[in-house]
Amino acid sequence: MLNNKSKIMTSGNLAFAEAMRQINPDVVAAYPITPSTEIPVKFAEFVADGKVDSEYIAVESEHSAITACVGASVAGGRVMTASSANGVALMHEIFPIASAFRAPIVFGLVNRSLGAPVNIHCDHSDSMPERDSGWIQIYCEDAQEVYDSVLLAVRLAEHKDVLTPVFVCQDGFITSHCYEPVEFLSDEAVRNFVGERTPQLPLLDVDNPVSYGSFTMSEYYFEIKRNQMEGMNNVLRVYGEISKELAVQTGREYQPIDSYRAEDADYLIIIMSSAAGVVKDVVDEMRENGIKAGCLRIRFFRPFPRDELVKIAAGKRGIAVLDRSASIGGTAPLASEVKSALYDLTDHVPVQEYIFGLGGRDFYPADAEKVFRTMIHSDYSSNVRYIGLLDKDDKNGQN
Amino acid sequence: MSKPQTWQDVPPGTVAWGASALSVETGLWRSMRPVFDYDRCISCLKCWVQCPDMSVKTDDSGRVCDINLFFCKGCGVCASICPVGAISMCPEADFTDESAEHGENPGDVGAHVK
Repeated sequence: MLNNKSKIMTSGNLAFAEAMRQINPDVVAAYPITPSTEIPVKFAEFVADGKVDSEYIAVESEHSAITACVGASVAGGRVMTASSANGVALMHEIFPIASAFRAPIVFGLVNRSLGAPVNIHCDHSDSMPERDSGWIQIYCEDAQEVYDSVLLAVRLAEHKDVLTPVFVCQDGFITSHCYEPVEFLSDEAVRNFVGERTPQLPLLDVDNPVSYGSFTMSEYYFEIKRNQMEGMNNVLRVYGEISKELAVQTGREYQPIDSYRAEDADYLIIIMSSAAGVVKDVVDEMRENGIKAGCLRIRFFRPFPRDELVKIAAGKRGIAVLDRSASIGGTAPLASEVKSALYDLTDHVPVQEYIFGLGGRDFYPADAEKVFRTMIHSDYSSNVRYIGLLDKDDKNGQN
Repeated sequence: MSKPQTWQDVPPGTVAWGASALSVETGLWRSMRPVFDYDRCISCLKCWVQCPDMSVKTDDSGRVCDINLFFCKGCGVCASICPVGAISMCPEADFTDESAEHGENPGDVGAHVK
């Protein structure tokens, strides 16, 4: 029954785990950590109940988890795992190895602030340090998008022109734990969509023996890294094909940039993940008051959809970039990408950088409205501004 | 066998063909080369036993006869344990006029070439 869909109340974590059950990966090695804990916990239940054929490897650390995933992936298996925050940080050493090995691992990254201070709530300080690790980064707004993205990520990661691991990111607690209606495809439809992995150069092909990760001196390292980059360069093209294919069944197609009333807008807020929902509501309210506001939600951060962004952003009267992580001593990650992309525009578009939501600090409609009003008043600062942070020097809470 | 000229020519995923160190010319790292004085050598095989790269060659009768420069990294263990002083370590700079039989140019030979 290909069209036998079901719609149930569930969370981002459980939607991710349900996608894993339907995908039935060969190997899952995981070390649970808040707020992604439920993903491996629920999946371990599926394994114990015989709902999947997967080999579940319980390991002693996140470093071991991702290391086992890399081994299983280059052996030729379809491999998935999940983590958050300091767990992600402990895996850091292995991420660039996974991507250089072209190991198409699909990873549920549930965004949580990186300690210290220890905090379990959402910001993007765990995934942003991995932006140069060679992994694809997809940021989801809600649980439905998480589910759909897991299915897309399997196909994208394993595509012969891509062969690159994927982080499917969702906001800790906000998306991972809140319940909302999610539509699931039938098991058969998922199986048909993801198919079987056809590994290239698997380690277990004893008739065609290969080594991975040999010591490589200056005469080859550069060539191998450039070769790896080409996989990432192919992502958006391949993604376009795959997302159209899934949309035939789901009716939902996600662009690399989710453009909300942005085409004819004068003022844009550029933001990522769940907080975009607040901005979209405020955009609607401002439109009712005759202000041409719009929202761009960056869904792909790696590869960064530069051309798409420039096309929409050109000619705007003002843009505010809201980062949910900082680059202490430099420009925050999203603002840095946006400003870099807009550099080639002949007509300068003013950009205001903001940092918001660190450690799960709430982001309210009034905050988004104030950001729009500040642009309308042509009030720009070359310094980053902070949302929801009281400052001794500023009665308004924004410096 | 020569180095791939472009990045498109290297295999993906850091893959090296053959799954064996046999095709990797680790001798490229060598800066000092062991040179045998066969008149002194008593073929006690201490160097043959101790060489970490199995680079000491023996002939059909089991006597030390040569050094495999494709693998020898010039560590000097052989020279330091030789009981009769038959092995001396000489700078590679002394051999620059030698024909590059083993691909002496860095990158000439390696497992990334199929």
